[in-house]
Amino acid sequence: MVVRALIVLSVTMIFAQDPTAAASTEHGKVAYMQHGCWQCHGTVGQGSIATSGGKPLAPDPLPWETFSSFVRSTNRAMPPYSDKILTEGDLEDIYAYLQSIPKPADAKTIPLLNP
Amino acid sequence: MARSKIDRRKFLAGVALAGAASASPEGAKATTPIMERAPRPSALRPSAAVAAAETGTPQISAKPAGMPGSDFMVDVIKSLDIPYLPSNPAQSFRGLHESLIDYGGNKKPEFLTCTHEETSVAMAHGYFKIAGKPLLVLCHGTVGLQHAAMAIYNAWCDRVPVIVMGGTDLDASKRPPGVPTFHSAQDVCALVRDFTKWDDQPVSLQHFAQSFVRAYKLAMTPPYEPVALALDAELQEMTVRDRPKLTIPRYVPTAPPQGDLNAVREAARLLANAEHPVIVADKCARTANGVRLLVELAEALQAPVIDQKGRMNFPNTHPLSQNARSRALIGEADVILGLELSDYWATVNAFIDNGEIDGTGLQESQIKPTVKLISISSVLLNTKSNYQDFQRLQVVDIEMAADAEATLPALIEAVKQTLPSGRKAAIEARGAAMKKAWSEARDRTRQAAAYAWDASPISTARMAMEVYAQIKDLDWSSVGGDRQLSSWPSRLWPMEKYYHHIGGPGGYGIGYGAPAAVGAALANRDAGRFSINFQPDGDMMYSPGVLWTAVHHGIPLLTVMHNNRGYHQEVMHVQRVANRRDRIAYAGKDLGPIGTRIENPVIDYGKLAGSLGMWSAGPITDPKDLAPALKKAVQVVKAGEPALVDVVTQPR
Repeated sequence: MVVRALIVLSVTMIFAQDPTAAASTEHGKVAYMQHGCWQCHGTVGQGSIATSGGKPLAPDPLPWETFSSFVRSTNRAMPPYSDKILTEGDLEDIYAYLQSIPKPADAKTIPLLNP
Repeated sequence: MARSKIDRRKFLAGVALAGAASASPEGAKATTPIMERAPRPSALRPSAAVAAAETGTPQISAKPAGMPGSDFMVDVIKSLDIPYLPSNPAQSFRGLHESLIDYGGNKKPEFLTCTHEETSVAMAHGYFKIAGKPLLVLCHGTVGLQHAAMAIYNAWCDRVPVIVMGGTDLDASKRPPGVPTFHSAQDVCALVRDFTKWDDQPVSLQHFAQSFVRAYKLAMTPPYEPVALALDAELQEMTVRDRPKLTIPRYVPTAPPQGDLNAVREAARLLANAEHPVIVADKCARTANGVRLLVELAEALQAPVIDQKGRMNFPNTHPLSQNARSRALIGEADVILGLELSDYWATVNAFIDNGEIDGTGLQESQIKPTVKLISISSVLLNTKSNYQDFQRLQVVDIEMAADAEATLPALIEAVKQTLPSGRKAAIEARGAAMKKAWSEARDRTRQAAAYAWDASPISTARMAMEVYAQIKDLDWSSVGGDRQLSSWPSRLWPMEKYYHHIGGPGGYGIGYGAPAAVGAALANRDAGRFSINFQPDGDMMYSPGVLWTAVHHGIPLLTVMHNNRGYHQEVMHVQRVANRRDRIAYAGKDLGPIGTRIENPVIDYGKLAGSLGMWSAGPITDPKDLAPALKKAVQVVKAGEPALVDVVTQPR
């Protein structure tokens, strides 16, 4: 009984900290492509100086609250995505996908980048 | 297979005789032995009627004494040492065409067969930016000139000289009915008058000589721009009976306009005393000397240089190259020197396409209110008004209607004379700070390139560096724009020579990339350089025929397809508008909004190039496959032929 209570408590705490914890990485990748995020940010969130100010989305995306708020209300070059066109669930899944993208190698270890 | 010893003309003559003989028993006896002696032809024999039409004697009166008018035109053209003439053949300039090859020997200019007039002009555009010499393009009257118009507009916006001649047939009482009349106009150059510097319609051969030399001279006086001449059919085909009376004016280059000395001195005073001077260059350096002069000015001031890449203005290996920090530097500047800027307003203001202000977007100043702005630009000397290539009006403090490269020596001298001796330490400290910032920016850029390094579709950074690995030891020239691949080549490759990149189309009219690259590669071929073009897929499909032209004329060029399978700028535009309207951009079966993607089916550019006789590889989707394909392609190009590698890429 105590163990079960602890598990419930732990799961509750995890979700309280990160609403995307139960999100689907796989569906997030699909939603990332379907909603057009890839168009400016690249298919793995690498970004571009031409379309996203050179800022990568992943790995290490902005904290969820900041990320979500920006997507919903941005008023700069990036257009906002309201919940009418991008559901909260899809946005959480997209965030999970971005979190899942591995870090790039150190440029110093890539011979082609050190000609 | 051994060729038949009988040529087509003799064969047809034989057939004609045989055909004639069939109506006459006597004739049959006379001609049969001829056919029996002739080797068996490999093609079907034409009918008697066709043979008679091909071999019959035209009803032409006695050959007039004198030379064809178009031969004299060739004399005029040759006086200007024009090396090439990229054109699509056409009836309205048939007289000149024949003279160019049979009287002129197809040398200077050499006729380059193009499959579209837009291709012809864009080739001339690219050629000039490497060779510094204008080419001549012939266009077929009303139709050819309309095909050429977009490329002429690009050249106009990019300040590049091209000499365009549009065939026409002025005398309505003599011109053939039907097609030639559809292709004639009373003022054919009106089609392109808004974006050519000068045009004329010569009505005599002497007039032609004067106008051709004048056209060349005006095109080659800054601001460099295209010019147009109407080419009357009657002038081409008339007979010159007294050639010695016709004269060809001697071409004397015009000295480029230089900045007023008082304005130069005032600009130097502001720059020499500035705490945070910034130099911004767009289409400033067009020669090796131009690059050297800009380096000399920057070093004298230890001022950062922002290269907007309309040309290769400043070496990115120089510590004063500060492209990565342009916004911050503009924001803190107290004096900004703009050199041949296409858009001074956008250099010092920001436009945010966010739908604010009734949908027009936000406009924000990026400069201090006290900043002093200096401009040197020859484009002020243009006086056309319809097309808006002059951009928004930016008020500046010192403005010189002058050629920047030609003005730099005087400005450098004035700056050196004006620099206060007491500011030497501060200026040196500024240089040291720039060196540190340059090094840090370089590291950040390399690390940014590491993102998506192993991704598929292939990252544009990976593509750029895989190519560089194959060509870095060659005397290379990047002959295409790189903005659409996040400018990786000009951010990561060491660009130091004026031909290391040549800027973009000018007017951003799609269809420039592939033919301009071939034109530039032609100039590089003659200089012994290796040419590389990163070719956007959407642009390629405007003018794929130029690949055939490159093969046909042996123009070595490595084309690497930036194949993101879409008109990607438009992919993003439609998405942006849909979001603002709270709607989902409908993609149908595509990956982006309907009407913006090039998929279903995807285009196989390797097969496309192969069908035009070009060596090709791809589509390549795995970055590990890039190096082997590129290595083979480089060998093909080094051997003197063009090659294409199709790379399926990330969007930018």
